[in-house]
Amino acid sequence: MSIDTQTAARVAKLARIQVEDDALPALAQEFSAILGFIEQLNEVDVDGVEPMVSVTPMRLKRRTDGVTDGDQQEKVLSNAPDAREGFFAVPKVVE
Amino acid sequence: MTDLNKLTIAAARDALRAGETTSLELTEACLTAIDGADALGAFVHKTPDIARERAKAADARIKAGDAPAMCGIPVGIKDLFCTKGAPSQAASRILEGFTPEYESTVSQNLADAGAVMLGKLNMDEFAMGSSNETSVYGNAVNPWKVDAPLTPGGSSGGSAAAVAADLCLAATGTDTGGSIRQPAAFTGITGIKPTYGRCSRWGIVAFASSLDQAGPMTKDVRDAAIMLQAMCSHDPKDSTSSELPVPDFEAALTGDIKGKTIGIPSEYRMDGMPAEIEKLWADGTAMLKDAGAKIVDISLPHTKYALPAYYVIAPAEASSNLARYDGVRYGRRARIGQGDGITEMYEKTRAEGFGAEVQRRVMVGTYVLSAGFYDAYYNRARRVRTLIKKDFEDVFAQGVDAILTPATPSAAFELGKKFDDPVQMYLNDVFTVTVNLAGLPGISVPAGLDAQGLPLGLQLIGRPWEEGDLLNTAYALEQAAGFVAKPAKWW
Repeated sequence: MSIDTQTAARVAKLARIQVEDDALPALAQEFSAILGFIEQLNEVDVDGVEPMVSVTPMRLKRRTDGVTDGDQQEKVLSNAPDAREGFFAVPKVVE
Repeated sequence: MTDLNKLTIAAARDALRAGETTSLELTEACLTAIDGADALGAFVHKTPDIARERAKAADARIKAGDAPAMCGIPVGIKDLFCTKGAPSQAASRILEGFTPEYESTVSQNLADAGAVMLGKLNMDEFAMGSSNETSVYGNAVNPWKVDAPLTPGGSSGGSAAAVAADLCLAATGTDTGGSIRQPAAFTGITGIKPTYGRCSRWGIVAFASSLDQAGPMTKDVRDAAIMLQAMCSHDPKDSTSSELPVPDFEAALTGDIKGKTIGIPSEYRMDGMPAEIEKLWADGTAMLKDAGAKIVDISLPHTKYALPAYYVIAPAEASSNLARYDGVRYGRRARIGQGDGITEMYEKTRAEGFGAEVQRRVMVGTYVLSAGFYDAYYNRARRVRTLIKKDFEDVFAQGVDAILTPATPSAAFELGKKFDDPVQMYLNDVFTVTVNLAGLPGISVPAGLDAQGLPLGLQLIGRPWEEGDLLNTAYALEQAAGFVAKPAKWW
């Protein structure tokens, strides 16, 4: 399957990665090559085969829905590019 | 004692316990070797202060007696592991300046056992790559050299280069599609990826969560057993971490494999496979036979579809895991323009923070998960994954104890050679990726040299949770192969 530049632009948007317009044709071509490789999977008969959920047969464990950690505001914010007054700061979200 | 950095873990442990050396001496020898090896690009963040502090503590513990095997052993830690107070960047620009407030479970287990962290090791960005060339730090270089500089493999390329060049006694790696075993093979060292769930993934920067496993990269099989033991544990912080007890792996090393059944999968005989790899594989088969194992031809019919399935599943999981890098909570944020909103901030941050291969995989993952394609790509790949796992279950049910294959389709290649063709690069993992998809343990053991004098590895694949038995088979292979070659020092 070949990917056009419009699809490449849409995927970039969904992935929240800025791609300049002039880079889109090359990107679309790369996607096409990779998807061409992936397309071999269409040769496999997967009728009645369950998609794998967990590679080891195990149940996800449950625990009590209780607070086990917390009170670490300073540590949580210590790596933020912009933290102010105990919060993560971002550009204006709501007008 | 001289050349302390060249010791194996087992030899250093015995010397430490006998009082013939100290952890501080071992550590200083490694720190000196590291400072003299910047040309290898292996250590990207050196942590000499942490190392000396831990070495002193280890020496006190050894003196008091009752120190575990890893106590006082200087190791390198792949940059993918979060280490408290030491930069942990996953070799990505987007995690520039990130210094975790916490320690990954695996590196904590090693620290608890008394191991000494020397620093952080180079790798492909977010472990996505097979040549260490996608790293923001620049590539690591293989200590083995012919004419041009060679790749140490990837993604755990820095770990492999550091162990092969004796900059540390051992290193941690992680393996999502072959990232421990391929670099181990390229550098003439041993690397094991344990069964999925053996090592906690907590605190390891996530790439593809259903495939990622940590493991040791060491100078020999005994060291792999010792270090793996220290890395494994049940961890309530990783919901897929196994509660099975961790056996004594070193005790499993008897070298006796009489009566074991070794499977040789016909599908791993690839068109265009170099004659040297064929010969290595045949030699390895003969060695295991001579050691008393029964050799049987087996079929793993869906092998061919492992790589394409992997290149759907791994990018899909990566696109989800890497969504967290948004320039808000940690790492780097792009400078934004007047009037830019939060979406522009995300898009610019991710465009300048992620390298080309990571962007490619995130976008491929986004595509295969997007509405209208989810079933055709992602669900189909997960169905194929079920079939790949069943291939292995079938041969194990027939009584096969372990499977012998080549570790890689070639010896280490020249840096820059495959970088421009992603699909060619992906083929590096053709023999290793099945093991991740099936969640099995796999080990790469150096078994010979090619005509150019470069190391080649063989891979053994074991039954789930039977790392002890797998390590013992690897030990028998190691004994028979007698690989002792080391790279000539040029750095």
